Amino acid sequence: MTAVAQAHDSHDDHGPVKGIRRWLFSTNHKDIGTMYLVFSLTMFFVGGAMAMVIRSELAIPGLQFVHPEFFNQMTTMHALIMIFGAIMPAFVGLANWMIPLMIGAPDMALPRMNNWSFWILPIAFSMLLSTLLMPGGAPAAGWTMYPPLVLQTGDAFPFLIFSIHLMGISSIMGAINIIVTIINMRAPNMSLLKMPMFVWTWLITAYLLIAVMPVLAGAVTMLLTDQFFGTSFFLAAGGGDPVMFQHIFWFFGHPEVYIMILPAFGIVSEIIPVFSRKPLFGHDSMVYAASSIAFLSFIVWAHHMFTVGMPFTGQLFFMFTTMMIAVPTGVKIFNWVATMWRGAMSFETPMLFSLAFVFLFTIGGFSGLMLAIAPADIQYHDTYFVVAHFHYVLVPGSVFAIMAGAYYWLPKWTGHMYNEKLGKWHFWLSTIFVNLTFFPMHFLGLAGMPRRIPDYSTQFADFNAIASIGAFGFGLSQLLFVWVILSARKGKLATAEVWDNPPGLEWTVPSPAPYHTFETPPNIGANIGFEK
Amino acid sequence: MTTYSDDRYYIPHGSHWPAVGSLGLLFLMVGASTWLNGAATGFYVMLAGLAIIIFMLTGWFATVIGESEGGRYNAQVDKSFRQGMFWFIFSEVMFFACFFGALFYARNMAVPWLGGSGNSFFTNMLLWEGFESTWPTNGPGNIGGEYEAMAPFGLPLINTVLLLSSSVTLTIAHHALMAGKRVQLTSLLATTFLLGFAFVYLQGVEYIEAYQHLNLKLTSGIYGSTFFMLTGFHGMHVTIGAIMLTIIWFRVLKGHFTADNHFAFEAVAWYWHFVDVVWVSLYVFVYWM
Repeated sequence: MTAVAQAHDSHDDHGPVKGIRRWLFSTNHKDIGTMYLVFSLTMFFVGGAMAMVIRSELAIPGLQFVHPEFFNQMTTMHALIMIFGAIMPAFVGLANWMIPLMIGAPDMALPRMNNWSFWILPIAFSMLLSTLLMPGGAPAAGWTMYPPLVLQTGDAFPFLIFSIHLMGISSIMGAINIIVTIINMRAPNMSLLKMPMFVWTWLITAYLLIAVMPVLAGAVTMLLTDQFFGTSFFLAAGGGDPVMFQHIFWFFGHPEVYIMILPAFGIVSEIIPVFSRKPLFGHDSMVYAASSIAFLSFIVWAHHMFTVGMPFTGQLFFMFTTMMIAVPTGVKIFNWVATMWRGAMSFETPMLFSLAFVFLFTIGGFSGLMLAIAPADIQYHDTYFVVAHFHYVLVPGSVFAIMAGAYYWLPKWTGHMYNEKLGKWHFWLSTIFVNLTFFPMHFLGLAGMPRRIPDYSTQFADFNAIASIGAFGFGLSQLLFVWVILSARKGKLATAEVWDNPPGLEWTVPSPAPYHTFETPPNIGANIGFEK
Repeated sequence: MTTYSDDRYYIPHGSHWPAVGSLGLLFLMVGASTWLNGAATGFYVMLAGLAIIIFMLTGWFATVIGESEGGRYNAQVDKSFRQGMFWFIFSEVMFFACFFGALFYARNMAVPWLGGSGNSFFTNMLLWEGFESTWPTNGPGNIGGEYEAMAPFGLPLINTVLLLSSSVTLTIAHHALMAGKRVQLTSLLATTFLLGFAFVYLQGVEYIEAYQHLNLKLTSGIYGSTFFMLTGFHGMHVTIGAIMLTIIWFRVLKGHFTADNHFAFEAVAWYWHFVDVVWVSLYVFVYWM
């Protein structure tokens, strides 16, 4: 054993191996984090290209570019790719890179499984994207896959189901790894309430993932057996119920929404204090608020189904629980504002994206509150108002937070500063265009324009034209993001701290972070308060 | 000589097993998809994928067992494995919860509504006239034809006894391991997986009985769907659990596991108790009530 151990040990302090094996066989949290982030960015552009198809078709009334069936494929694939391929992997990538650095761990707790979590994703998305070339085309029943419509999918159907299974396996393994890392790998003296907010929000997110991804797996398994093996889960003639799918799906789907926003809360909670030069206001209340949001997320799901015909008491219950979520979310918003109150603020790109997050996510939150009101939702349901709502929480919400995090930690990853001027350009273009795209959709929805339809009445023409201009502007602005990242190679060298006296262990290691960090746990004093 | 001190967390440097696993999943999933779409070759691609995954599991576990027996893992690594297993079992619990949820929803909501309860009077009258809500049911369309429900006393009761006693023998085996009584450990562990395989065998007998004599099939409406999906996934888990117990048994024969270092044993034991608990719920809600 000793000979093996010694041979093995001699590799310990080396850098990465050369070539493809570094990536394919990696057990290093930084390499795996990088792969997640690159994969996510790639999928962001793939899903973005589909959004451009959608906005081209909707730029003017009438059918001009694509067949309605293909339009439906685009909306379905755009959603699946952005949710499971762009936003979730981006957060997992950030978790991989930053959590071990933030808690002083040598790596993720289960490094080999970490590799597997990532390398399942390219397979899942190859399967999903390959459906575009199949007889019957890609899935077109919406990302929510409601039966019986989804059962009309062509050859793509089993590929859709199994790619979702794969995404689920990947997410569950990733989440287990993150939870175990956070619980078991913290540096001595880092008690739970001393953990940085990003770590806290990811702990809660990982719990949500493990709780609900298996439920999605079960739901799509029932679709599969209904389609191919003659079961009757969603067949009324056999005693089943198509509405049952909606309940099961949204039992997954609503926590999923918070899976895509809680890590974003964590990121802006890291950034706002640094650029306000004040500790985060109400650190512990942030933790309790995030936990409350996670708890509530399990008992609100049917607010996605107010028009489906459920019992009146059910509507009332889900309406009230949904509105309760505004309380912990409000706590968070007020805490961010209080953090900035009388702070010595500066406005570097990460801070700009975080500020926009606070403003624009709140708009999405308020429209969510409107949708929570069951009698009002009967009017809003399946209109562009819903599209406006969830794009406000997902694009200037989740995506902006991811970009804020990318700018914030890029110098730590690469050892170089990005071009601040271009970063600001990217921010302003994105912010202007994102509002140009999605704000008019509120008006369209309130005026009654339905979702997932490739054509519309001429009364909706002007706002749609504006939204399409905004969408193309937003899409093109993201090319600037890629350029800023690539050109950072030539940027000036970053210090270990990068920013003005940021708290947190990740700023105690050099920039770029060495291949192996914290191989022995850092000695943090008993009094170190990261954000208190 | 290098020693692994207790405060050093073991980090493997590169592994090809996850990549092999991903390749296996690719073959498995693409094969299954094309097979379901009607291409016969897909079935063989699927089998190839399964073979690759079994190869991966063997190799991956062999590596980990080697590292464990080689003393690479300190107490903290052991803790990671334990917590990882705990959360994996939690994810399995949620998977079963999904199917139990479908069962409860169908029994308490969907079927009564089809029978006209609540505000569904016209649904019943206009769409499913004459259908009365009962359980078990294969729905107003009599999907799958006449059938008999599975009686709870008989094979299922025997299976309950088998599985519950296997949990007892496993727990005693665990105590024997802690006390260093290897003979007792070996024999009780063998008893445990034999009881497990006996359960799987009887479950097979029950399925044949259902298909041949009761006309109870997966296609027998919502009752058949929930019955076979719940018991089927459970049976699959018992099979996997019994195989894992067998592997653990061979490791015990090779002299693996000590009172302080036996994560794999405990992981399998937890998994076995989990399938046991699922069975008790199944017995109560699927067979009995």
